[in-house]
Amino acid sequence: MELNYEKLGLRVGFEIHQELDTHKLFCNCPSALRDEEPRLEVKRRLRPTQSELGEVDRAALAEALKGKGFRYQLYPDSVCLVELDEEPPHLVNEEAVDITLEAALLLNAKPLDEVHTMRKIVIDGSNTCGFQRTLLIATGGRVEVEGKSFRVPTICLEEDAARKMDEGVGLIDYRLDRLGIPLVEIATGPDFFDPYTPAKAALYIGQLLRATGKVKRGIGTIRQDVNISIAGGARQEIKGVQELALISTVIEREVQRQLALLEIRDEIRWRGARRVVKKIIDVRRVFSKTSSGVIRSALQAGGTVLAVKLPKFAGFLGKELQPGRRFGTELADCAKLYGGVGGLFHTDELPAYGISQEEINGLRRATGAVEGDAVVFIADAKEKAEAALSAVVDRANQALGGIPEETRRALPDGNTEFMRPLPGAGRMYPETDIPPIAITPLRLRQIKARLPELPEKRRARLMEKYGLGKELAERMSLSENLELFEELARKSKANPTLIATTLEETLVSLRREGVRVEVIQKAVLEGLFAGVAKGKLAKEAVPEVLRGAARGVSVQTAIEKLGLAVMEKAELRKLVREVVAGNRELIERRGRAAIAPLMGILMERVRGRADGKLVHQLLERELKKRGAK
Amino acid sequence: MSSYRGKVQQLLRAASVEVGDRVRVEKAGSVYEGVLMPRTELGDPNHIVLKLASGYNLGIKLGKGAKLVKLEKGKPPRLGIPPLKIKRDPSKPDVSIVGTGGTIASRVDYRTGAVYPAFTPEEIYSAVPELADLANIRVIEACNVFSEHMTPELWVKVGKAIAKELNAGARGVVVAHGTDTMGYTAAALSFMLKDLFRSVVLVGSQRSSDRPSSDAALNLIGAVTVAGKSDIAEVCVVMHGSTEDDFCLIHRGTKVRKCHTSRRDTFQTINDIPIGMVRGGELKLFRDDYNRAKPKGRVKVDGKFEPRVALLKVTPGMPSSVIEGMLKAGDKGIVLEGTGLGHVPESLFEGIKFAVGKGVPVVMTSQCLWGRIDMKVYSTGRDLLQLGVIPAEDMLPETAYVKLMWVLAHAKGVEEVSKLMRTNLAGEITPRTRPDVFLKPVFSLKAGD
Repeated sequence: MELNYEKLGLRVGFEIHQELDTHKLFCNCPSALRDEEPRLEVKRRLRPTQSELGEVDRAALAEALKGKGFRYQLYPDSVCLVELDEEPPHLVNEEAVDITLEAALLLNAKPLDEVHTMRKIVIDGSNTCGFQRTLLIATGGRVEVEGKSFRVPTICLEEDAARKMDEGVGLIDYRLDRLGIPLVEIATGPDFFDPYTPAKAALYIGQLLRATGKVKRGIGTIRQDVNISIAGGARQEIKGVQELALISTVIEREVQRQLALLEIRDEIRWRGARRVVKKIIDVRRVFSKTSSGVIRSALQAGGTVLAVKLPKFAGFLGKELQPGRRFGTELADCAKLYGGVGGLFHTDELPAYGISQEEINGLRRATGAVEGDAVVFIADAKEKAEAALSAVVDRANQALGGIPEETRRALPDGNTEFMRPLPGAGRMYPETDIPPIAITPLRLRQIKARLPELPEKRRARLMEKYGLGKELAERMSLSENLELFEELARKSKANPTLIATTLEETLVSLRREGVRVEVIQKAVLEGLFAGVAKGKLAKEAVPEVLRGAARGVSVQTAIEKLGLAVMEKAELRKLVREVVAGNRELIERRGRAAIAPLMGILMERVRGRADGKLVHQLLERELKKRGAK
Repeated sequence: MSSYRGKVQQLLRAASVEVGDRVRVEKAGSVYEGVLMPRTELGDPNHIVLKLASGYNLGIKLGKGAKLVKLEKGKPPRLGIPPLKIKRDPSKPDVSIVGTGGTIASRVDYRTGAVYPAFTPEEIYSAVPELADLANIRVIEACNVFSEHMTPELWVKVGKAIAKELNAGARGVVVAHGTDTMGYTAAALSFMLKDLFRSVVLVGSQRSSDRPSSDAALNLIGAVTVAGKSDIAEVCVVMHGSTEDDFCLIHRGTKVRKCHTSRRDTFQTINDIPIGMVRGGELKLFRDDYNRAKPKGRVKVDGKFEPRVALLKVTPGMPSSVIEGMLKAGDKGIVLEGTGLGHVPESLFEGIKFAVGKGVPVVMTSQCLWGRIDMKVYSTGRDLLQLGVIPAEDMLPETAYVKLMWVLAHAKGVEEVSKLMRTNLAGEITPRTRPDVFLKPVFSLKAGD
């Protein structure tokens, strides 16, 4: 059923994080990811700290309560003491500032007079120093998508976080290769009222960034966070949506989740539920003869089974919030995060998993649960189970009030899971190791003077000036090869469409075949297209010449050696006659319909040495002569 | 509002805006709303700093056409943590923390926009509540300077504060000190504190305590453990033993040196092994030749230092006029940081001869830092011995410098100076050079590397 999003008061905004194609933001390390095993590992811990305004941030506290240690993987040749938090940050990478200013101007934003580097407290370990450095560069931007204008309130420059590689019970592994890569962060206002327009706007902003020619491309180099709320609900920040195609699903499913949570709130209030008390009870006794494998192995490992009663919650834990995710799953998210447990059981899903009705009855007696109450229990080490159940009670109490503001992680199917409470503004304080940067009018003038064309203008120009088709123009307008294309088109008289398809399609498919196209020099391409323009070789020969060029064969030699020089008309006519003569049976049987298979045979024999149009012409003439109908 | 000056200050006054107020600034079509923050004195004076609701700070140039309106009266932002009050637990040792300033307790400072030491040592305690489980903490402030601004007079002031605490019954004393000159202070205290019967532990941090990754907490916990639990009756330095947040090393105060500008494990014991380590509140000692704590005693401060001593790093071709200039300026003793085994260029011989002739002792250490002075091997060394240069064995140059200051204030005559400089007074000279004390790998390499 299609929801009326306008009526629901849906509000969506998003942030785009795009990696810049320059060295790291606060040191001279390359912005390069590494795949091989790390050379070194360093273990650290983080402690929450007070912000400038005197409050410990709630998200920071939540992380600290989890009490994890961190193990950082590094490579001495591409990660330095700055990433390791063993050396103060160097001055800000000015090229990164310039690229961000360029993006800001393309987004019609106003750069600040003076930029301050801030520390945003993040103590999940993804930043070795316990904060992410971020700079607000410009404000008040606007973009137009499909005729509507959207606000882009802030454009920031920040350092990327370390990559999480693994998470154990007491230790999280991070790789420091990504830490410090400059990211431009573009945040829109909450100006979208349906699930579908945000992806289009994100696509456009992404194109704009690529137009600068100074951003990284490829998987993981651009990420979206989506902020979603509905009337009566709460703002959720959904992190790490990597595919544009997923944005609308994430939004639809978040709306679904909030509606379900509001329903739970209303019904549970109607039932007269009160604040849940944190009365955690040891129910090991109940499970002394259990056939549940999970519980048995927890008990064997010296653990216990703890339970807590959620009065009047029966039925709600099994209520689906998103496809395959129930309210019980949300409770389990909290239990896993704060208690480090593997999961939980609740009475809405039982009897099952080897837990009998008898045990459930015992559990209800032990916790004093009556009809309409739900019981949640966890089998694990005592401290872990306690911390986990305490988090479960907190989450259940939040449900009485509605929906908590959260930072959630996007899952590949468009669902989301709990990461941490939404951080407040309190987690920002000045980075005292870096002086403010004045953005001078001169600097802005210089950047304005070399602003790239907007993607839509570029597309129109490619179509008009070079006669490229719409799709090819679109591809070329976003391509790394744009500059090369224009140069080649200017220098040679070859058809620009041929040049564009060669750069965007032929080379790509040759690379897929394993041809080392990266060694092909610009001069080779120039010679190639000049040859085509002068009729020295047919356009059909282009792939063959490039194959040779990748092996170091010059265009001239390739033409000669490979016998690629254009066939004389007489020679071609002879070949056509030969082929027609050799396929009499086919022609008699199929008449004019034989042209297609014959063309196939001919082009194979011609091997690119003649223009297909000419071959076709000669073939038709030959067939006519022979009276094929 | 002291941080704003000139025209901006006037504009702020005219709008009756103060630091902490919420304001709106309109300028060239942009509107910024936020809280007025203090401005660093070193920044451009025509900008004001606002903190937006998002938490970001930004600077706005208040020029023509800029309109400033006060939206709401605010409180000026205040640094600091409410002091933590904890009752004394008689079952726990009493440890006094003597504050001197420096990065173990530091906050954001708006005067320079940099990290600056906090003014109340209580903040140390509040920042690391775990200390309450280890000891009853008392906090005293001896001085408050960056460690680079330490002086011999302040060493004595710190020494007196320590003695007062120990003589009043403290189980041990922790000295919170900036790292830059911690080695000098440690050496000075080592020579100054006589009849020391309890631990004196210097501690600092390389990452300021206002950041979550600060090394201050682990170092402080280590230092308080040593002061409250160990039987080491010496001056030592307790700091991170590796780049990890794992353990601290306990370094002898006369053998320790800051060796890296920024790393956590910057402090290294040179030419010897550390006394021990502390990990998770547990002590592990590497040696047993340290002075043992006694239940009773009385520390005396023998704080006479001759301030006119120079430490000179020898360079190729250095002329004798350098030394002559020092003598003219009134220096009473010179420690040379010579090359290799303890050498100087011939061009410096005249100056040395001149100094020795004036009764100014010249002590030789090595700029190699690692290894022992030996002036018998090459003729230059033998010549220098002939000139009267005093070889300082395997002493660190900085330790030799502090020691010469102390010795000059105590010895009668050049002969006694020479004798005392070559006698081990506080663990500064080791009789034998261990083979395992040179530049160990600082990271733990994984197998196969």
